[in-house]
Amino acid sequence: MNEPLTNAYYELLEEIQAVDFVLCELTLYLDTHPWDNEAVQQFNHHAHQSRQLKKQYEKQYGPLFQYGMSYSGYPWNWKEAPWPWQV
Amino acid sequence: MWYYEKKLQYPVRVRECNPRLAKFLIEQYGGADGELAAALRYLNQRYSIPDKVIGLLTDIGTEEFAHLEMIATMVYKLTKDATPEQMKEAGLGAHYVNHDNALFYENASGTPWTASYIQAKGDPIADIYEDIAAEEKARATYQWIINMSDDPELNDGLKYLREREVVHSQRFREAAEILKEERGKKVFF
Amino acid sequence: MFSQRKFYTPYTSPTDPCPPIEVKSYETPPQLYLGFQPPCLPQYASAKEALHRGTLWPALYSPYESPYKRGDTGE
Ligand SMILES: [Fe+2]
Repeated sequence: MNEPLTNAYYELLEEIQAVDFVLCELTLYLDTHPWDNEAVQQFNHHAHQSRQLKKQYEKQYGPLFQYGMSYSGYPWNWKEAPWPWQV
Repeated sequence: MWYYEKKLQYPVRVRECNPRLAKFLIEQYGGADGELAAALRYLNQRYSIPDKVIGLLTDIGTEEFAHLEMIATMVYKLTKDATPEQMKEAGLGAHYVNHDNALFYENASGTPWTASYIQAKGDPIADIYEDIAAEEKARATYQWIINMSDDPELNDGLKYLREREVVHSQRFREAAEILKEERGKKVFF
Repeated sequence: MFSQRKFYTPYTSPTDPCPPIEVKSYETPPQLYLGFQPPCLPQYASAKEALHRGTLWPALYSPYESPYKRGDTGE
């Protein structure tokens, strides 16, 4: 049996989802409004925040990306469950 | 190229094992106005459209794959551990015989996904207007699924996906304006 | 008053077999009216609220409930 995930896991995941959602919205917006300086600033601010949160997440729960976008633990822990649809 | 990120775009929950709802949801997985069709439509149109809207098609097309994964998650959770008997009762007997509990790119009536669901006319205006129509049809499909569903947690995810179609439609409407290149100018005929 | 939902009353015949739904509705969400989005529109206060609304901007938010559960009256 695998260990059940804690509330802390779901909270951190949702925090990342929220910040990344703002980035997603701003990405589409900036694709049609490339001259909106304020939106670019907000985008860069959230991109930084997202990186910080993911660093914290990956330390506790393993890599979010592969192909070298995330560092690996030892042994190779990318392939560990749970996968996003399982949690 | 693409990178996979090991997380969902939105926290997906369902209340109970309910293969009947999964049967309806599969429309947005492998149906004409579903997320697979959307992703492939936009990413394929990129190669023959003016540079200034390629970024938008790339980014919306990529987001559609995140939505496809959300729909898959909903179907997975609604049918996980469902017995053949439950599948049969839900109208998924024929699906079960063919696929067991595996997901398949098909619509709610079991027709497999086909490339003829999507268009690539090569005319920028025709293609962007198809995209706007596709977003409105996907929005409507989410409405009809919400009308059929009594699972409040599932509906939360479906309302999120419906809202994303609203935003995508907005951006494609802006892309049409950008292609027209007459924004802010007086129009004379 | 602006509404994201429009109502109409279809013709009902005395020979219609199903009990008539006297008022029908359809959705007219905000992207039909916004035009090219102006810069600096107000945003939701937190990223979490934006996530759960499905958009960053209240001007693009479109709530939806099943008309069969809302109990429409057509007002
Ligand atoms: Fe979409």
